[in-house]
Amino acid sequence: MAAPVLRWSCPARRWILANIDRGPRHGRGSPTGSRSSGKRGQSSVAQQPLATAQKPRKGEHQWAAVVGLEIHAQISSNSKLFSGSQVHFAAPPNSLVSFFDASLPGTLPVLNRRCVEAAVMTGLALNCHINKKSLFDRKHYFYADLPAGYQITQQRLPIAVKGSLAYSVFVGKNRNQVINKTVRIKQIQLEQDSGKSLHDDLRSQTLIDLNRAGVGLLEVVLEPDMSCGEEAATAVRELQLILQALGTSQANMAEGQLRVDANISVHHPGEPLGVRTEVKNLNSARFLAKAIDYEIQRQIEELENGGEILNETRSFDCKLGCTVPMRDKEGKQDYRFIPEPNLPPLLLYDSASLPAGADPQQVINIDQLREQLPELPRVTREKLVQQYGMLPEHSFTLLNEVGLLEFFQNVMKETRAEPKRVTSWVLNTFLGFLKQQNLAVSESPVTPSALAELLNLLDQKTISSAAAKKVFEELWRSGGKTPAQIVSEKRLELMQDQEALEELCQATMEKHPQVVMDLKKGNPRAINKLIGLVRKATLNRADPTVIKEMLERQLSS
Amino acid sequence: MWARAARRVLRAPGGGGRGFASKAGGGGVSAGGEAAPQERGRVPGDVIEHLERLALVDFGSREAVARLEKAVAFADRLRAVDTDGVQPMESVLEDRCLYLRPDNVVEGNCAEELLQNAHRVMEEYFVAPPGNITLPKLDEQELFSKS
Repeated sequence: MAAPVLRWSCPARRWILANIDRGPRHGRGSPTGSRSSGKRGQSSVAQQPLATAQKPRKGEHQWAAVVGLEIHAQISSNSKLFSGSQVHFAAPPNSLVSFFDASLPGTLPVLNRRCVEAAVMTGLALNCHINKKSLFDRKHYFYADLPAGYQITQQRLPIAVKGSLAYSVFVGKNRNQVINKTVRIKQIQLEQDSGKSLHDDLRSQTLIDLNRAGVGLLEVVLEPDMSCGEEAATAVRELQLILQALGTSQANMAEGQLRVDANISVHHPGEPLGVRTEVKNLNSARFLAKAIDYEIQRQIEELENGGEILNETRSFDCKLGCTVPMRDKEGKQDYRFIPEPNLPPLLLYDSASLPAGADPQQVINIDQLREQLPELPRVTREKLVQQYGMLPEHSFTLLNEVGLLEFFQNVMKETRAEPKRVTSWVLNTFLGFLKQQNLAVSESPVTPSALAELLNLLDQKTISSAAAKKVFEELWRSGGKTPAQIVSEKRLELMQDQEALEELCQATMEKHPQVVMDLKKGNPRAINKLIGLVRKATLNRADPTVIKEMLERQLSS
Repeated sequence: MWARAARRVLRAPGGGGRGFASKAGGGGVSAGGEAAPQERGRVPGDVIEHLERLALVDFGSREAVARLEKAVAFADRLRAVDTDGVQPMESVLEDRCLYLRPDNVVEGNCAEELLQNAHRVMEEYFVAPPGNITLPKLDEQELFSKS
């Protein structure tokens, strides 16, 4: 039986999957073709020999995947969106809950100014149009962690619309070719977070903690402009960096401050869009791309097997590495949206429309917020490239690793070494050591000052490159000592005495006449052997290039 | 009366005058009323069931459903008004100022008080059933209004 060859292309990589058996595909262990080895390029399951295939090449199925995201970011504020109880990650259950958060009768929502400012700043940073008038609505559904039975959100007229988020994917063999992409932002809205449910399956009950209920969220809706897990993950990472730079959200996925839901569908290019599924609560950066790619693969296989895709909600089981349907979410939800009767429209102003004599605490000026916007990641990267002449992909790495940029800048402050050298040491050596031991920059045993001092020694040619690496290793291990101390302890200084070196060169040549003969005969490797011998004689305290020069000079004279 | 109102509605152009109910995009009742204007504006049985699940109300009797139908018909009289070019009023508060509160912590720390109201608690958590408990599906014969 001819095997149809499936092809799903994504700018970052090409997938070729041969569908050879039509057995049941439920409960697959790991998603096929997932990036387990971290290598780019093709990953194919055993292919049928094409000689037996009846289909002409043109008949190969092409699949295009369409991914849209709904991102919920917890606003970084002291108190909640509509009440004065505290926003804090870890606290005794139900201790950060006000009467309003518990939806006791007689309580009313009071809007937090900081949350509105956070929404406007985020909208401006994402090139959105800020709606000077926006409205609050109630979205009704029943769940134990939603005490009021509805969530206050902005469905009809959100605070910001029609923006864009630019991000870059790196392709090519060395991942050094940049492709700049943009995803459109449909809207940004303010809404309440729900409480937390802890499922106690043993006693068949759910424990509810309302500390999180009512915390302000920014929901950022990204249009389905992305086509694979990597694009989605990169876009989310960039959004994280922007939110962190603005200070509007700490956007830490591990602490639940950033949650992503993905809407995924597949179709043949040129044909209408397919049925989409929603994959909810992708709460880990690691699994985000994996889950999306798995779902795309699952849909392709399902359709290729003649099945159909249900418009359902699924969640990602990270242990099994697959998406599974969620219970309690079957069937279409009817949220019965109504305007929030207790809140008037939210009005924002700019410098032109600001009413005279208005209480500054009670009005928000969009222009003023725009002027106060801090530097965005894109600009920081551009400055790094311009100022230090580094490659674009290096600027991305510096920003992507928490604390690395600060580390780099601190080293630059204290060293005379060239930026290119500093960049190389920070991104290759330093980062390499961190990754090997799975440490964060903040946990590094080597301080910026120590590295700066080491690079100065290297720059002054007090030590050789190889010696510097040894010193770095020792710095990492010992922690307390300074580079200078280590250099003197291990006697790693380069020989400064030129005469002594000259003598050593002479002596070595005299000791090994056959090598010198080889060299004179024209054997190119002989010179390296000689250099090696001299180095050994100097106990590795001489620069090979200097040795080479000296030898060549002595030989020619 | 209802029929006369319906005719007037059909003659008036769409414009921006539709009430909020039609924009909600999901309200089963308005869809039933608009899409298929029945003889006496009856609400179909499956819509009643749907409403009972959504709002956790129990219509219970034919009289209750009849009251619902009368209420819908009463509200439908709004469609008789020509609201062409008139901005919808979303809230009677639309002229009011939305007060902005400073970002200070002034509430909370009353777990004991809040937990007092709960039926069941466990170590400072509210206790709830394991998931949403779905209502039993009503038998066809138990429904009072026919589709």
